[in-house]
This record gives sequence, structure tokens and C-alpha cells, in this order.
Amino acid sequence: MRAFSYERASTIEAAAKAAAGTDGAKFIAGGTNLLDLMKLEVETPTHLIDVNRLGLDRIEPAPEGGLRVGALVRNTDLAADERIRRDYAVLARALLAGASGQLRNRATTAGNLLQRTRCPYFYDTNQPCNKRQPGSGCAALGGFSRQLAVVGVSDACIASHPSDMAVAMRALDAVVETVRPDGTTRSIPIADLHRLPGDTPHVEHVLERGELITAVVLPKPVGGKHIYRKVRDRASYAFALVSIAAVVLPNGTGRVAVGGVAPKPWRDEAAERELPNGAKAVTAKLLANARPTEQNAFKVALVERALSAVLAEARG
Amino acid sequence: MQSPGALEISRRDLLVASAATVTVASTASLSHSQTNAPAASQSTKVSFTVNGERRELQLDNRTTLLDALREHLHLTGTKKGCDHGQCGACTVLIDGRRVNACLTLAAMHEGEGITTIEGLGQPGSLHPMQAAFVEHDGFQCGYCTPGQICSSVAMLEEMKVNIPSHATGDLLAPAEVTPAEIRERMSGNICRCGAYSNIVQAITEVAGRKA
Repeated sequence: MRAFSYERASTIEAAAKAAAGTDGAKFIAGGTNLLDLMKLEVETPTHLIDVNRLGLDRIEPAPEGGLRVGALVRNTDLAADERIRRDYAVLARALLAGASGQLRNRATTAGNLLQRTRCPYFYDTNQPCNKRQPGSGCAALGGFSRQLAVVGVSDACIASHPSDMAVAMRALDAVVETVRPDGTTRSIPIADLHRLPGDTPHVEHVLERGELITAVVLPKPVGGKHIYRKVRDRASYAFALVSIAAVVLPNGTGRVAVGGVAPKPWRDEAAERELPNGAKAVTAKLLANARPTEQNAFKVALVERALSAVLAEARG
Repeated sequence: MQSPGALEISRRDLLVASAATVTVASTASLSHSQTNAPAASQSTKVSFTVNGERRELQLDNRTTLLDALREHLHLTGTKKGCDHGQCGACTVLIDGRRVNACLTLAAMHEGEGITTIEGLGQPGSLHPMQAAFVEHDGFQCGYCTPGQICSSVAMLEEMKVNIPSHATGDLLAPAEVTPAEIRERMSGNICRCGAYSNIVQAITEVAGRKA
């Protein structure tokens, strides 16, 4: 691990200002992903700003009738919250499908959103990777790509976003609240938070330098049946090959976001309108532009089958 | 150890990127091992309690909680397995909650209370979970065992306060201590010897004893 300086931020404003004013600075909250990457020297911050004591660890009613989830609410606490379990079960289920008990106790809401891909070539500093080292190439394209993305990809990068939580939040139309170093705030729909790789896969989100996520707002409950179905190589503690976050209403309409297949939680409202017509119709639209590799082409069929199972469960 | 080449890169990066906070003197500390006194800007004072005892340390910022416990406080019951949060051998309790000590910096735990396997019980006064692991032969080589025991103790507490899991059928009802729940909740602790079935028995017994 490279050396770095460290500070414990005591206010949101000070944290954002410090991050903006120091080259190579990064926020650290749970640290479960960042420290892992620092040990491998994939991440090499020169300064860490510990944001754990900013008081952003509460889940409060939002004025519009939803819930405002503090950026530092741990994954365990979010999944265990009674309101989440009752009104946003797809989110509770997604959280519980991710990582391990130990990791969920540390991992935060904002950190989960901003975690990096688990593409093996991103982790291996001996391999080319346009995300880790822009311009160096992509070893995944001709390499081991079973876990990687099939849609939203580019010639520069086929990394998949690893989060379960974010997939459910995408289905729920969550909104990310931030504070910028100049003190101004903004709200970013989760659909707009992550960027597709294009020819700049190292730029993964729209946040500005020093901009700090303070909360994620869940709109008021939409009802319906909440299902999160995750397909993976082990029964527990593994990243998704494919995951489906669905909210299905009694009339057969609803929302579907898919994980494990794209550089961000993948949802397409036009595809969603096909829900009453079944999984095949939805998948045909959702993955119309898929560009799978030989090794991950199975994901296209797997999405349809997983969604088919979800819709059967919703009817049952 | 860093190679001379890597050191050159980090020296240059630090000077270029962070002139305001990093001095030439502090970059020189890179060539020393982590246990030597690091430069002020790259070390932090932290105090926390470990197994009920207050400890104060001045640590290189890079020091994980795991290394602070093992290398600085000589509490070697907590094990280093993968050092990447995948195996669970380093599991300790922070304010009662289980965490991977390898994936958190010691400096981040100012004022907090840490419990390691040494704090759960000692020879002659074993924690019920330690006794149950012995009784049910919940290990072979024993390397993962401190992590398994710390994790299982905290896991049963999580169930008591109604934290659900992936194996919980009804999110609106309290989970029951079943083998399926135990296996799911303990999936962050790997046992290369494969003592899982005996571990499940040990945990089941303690859960029953407590109920």
C-alpha cells in the first residue's frame, strides 16, 4: 500500500472542501472496497478523508412520503430497517444477497453505489486495463469474461457493476443527494449517477471532484410484489452473474432492473412496458443492443429465464 | 517490500500530487518498514479499548486494524488469511458487531471498543461458543477458528435483534436459527478443512442453550 495522509472530517462542508483542495484525495467510509484496492495499488490515494463521523447514518421520512437514507447507513442496518423490509422489500432482499455479514456491517449506502468493478483484469496490475490505466487496452475482451457485462459496453471496457443494492435502487427510482465543495447541493436520479464506459471507462460517475454523497432518497412506496432474484456461481457470498430487481403490480405491469450484465444497473422503461407480455418480450428489448463475448453470451438467455422465474413468483 | 522502481514512482507522485501536505521528509519514511516511527503527516494517534483495556497507539496510516492487533498489540489470536476480506479469519467485534479487521484502518476506530478471540474467553474460562467448538470438533487445523467463533457469537446477536438474512423466508417475521440460516449467515467465514457441518452443530447448540 502506498503511503497517504489521513484526516477525520467533522463536518460535511469540511470534508468536501478538503477533497476538492487536495490532489489525490479520496473519501473513506466503510473502506471494504477501497482498502482492498489500495493493498493491490489499484487505488493509490495520497490523502484519505474519513467521513464516518459526519452523522449521515440515519433513515428518516422524506418530505414527499418516501425515506431519506443517510450516505453512511450500513448495509446491514438498511436491510434490517422495518420500513425498508415492509415497503421496499426488493431493496432489503438485494442488500442481503450481497457480500457477507461482516462486510455488510461496514459497507455504507454511498460506498456501495461507488464501489469499483470486480473485473479480474482491473484488479491485476500486470494486465492492461483501460479503467485502471487509460489507454493501456482491455485484457478482458479476449480473456476470462464470464462475470462481465454484455450490454452498455464499449471496445474499451466490458466491466460490470458489481452492486446488488444499486440494482434495487434503480428499480425504485432512488435519487442521490450530494454536497459540492462550494456548499451547493444537488439531486441526481440514480439512472444518471453512473456513466457508460465509452472511450473513458475510468470515468465511472457524474460526481465532481470533492462532491460528497449525503443521502439516497427513496420515493414513496409503490406497492406491488417485490422480488430480487440473484443467480451466481455459489449459493452465498458471490457476485451476480445475473440479478433481477422487480416490482410487479397486480395488473402485471411493473418495474425491472437487471444487475450483472452492464456497467451500471440496467433498466429500460420501454422494455418494462412489455412486462404483461412476458419475460421473452421484455428481454428482447432490454438486451437488444447486447454485445456479449463468447464466454458470457449465456447471460442473455439467463436474464430471460431469471425474469421468467420472477414473473412466475409474482403471479404465485 | 516495494521495489526501488515502485518507490521512485510513489516519491514522484507524492511530490507532484500533494505538495501541500506531504513533505520530502515524510516521503523518506517510505523506505522504512511500517513498524518504524513514520513521519508525522503519515501517522495518526488512535486510542480504543481492546478486550476492555484502553490502548493508545501512534500508527502509520496504512496500518489495518488487523495489523494493529497482531503486530502492535501482539494479540495474535486474530488471524490473517487472505488479507482481502474474503476468508473471514480476521473477524473481530467492533462495539459488538463483526467486521473483517483486514479491511479497515486502525485509525478509523478512535474511541471504539474492540473484542478479539482473546477477549471472548481464555483457557479455563471459555466462552460458550469456544466450548461448543471444542465439544463438536468444529475445526481441524484451527486457523479459521478464532474468526469463525467471533463471527458466530456476533451472528447470534444479529438474529436476536431481528436482522434478516438472504435465507430468511419472511422479511416481516423474526428469523429462526436453522441450519440454512446459520450457513447463509456464516458464509463470510471460509474453512479450508471443511469443518462446516460441525461448526453448524456447535452454533446450533449455543443458540439452543441461549434460547
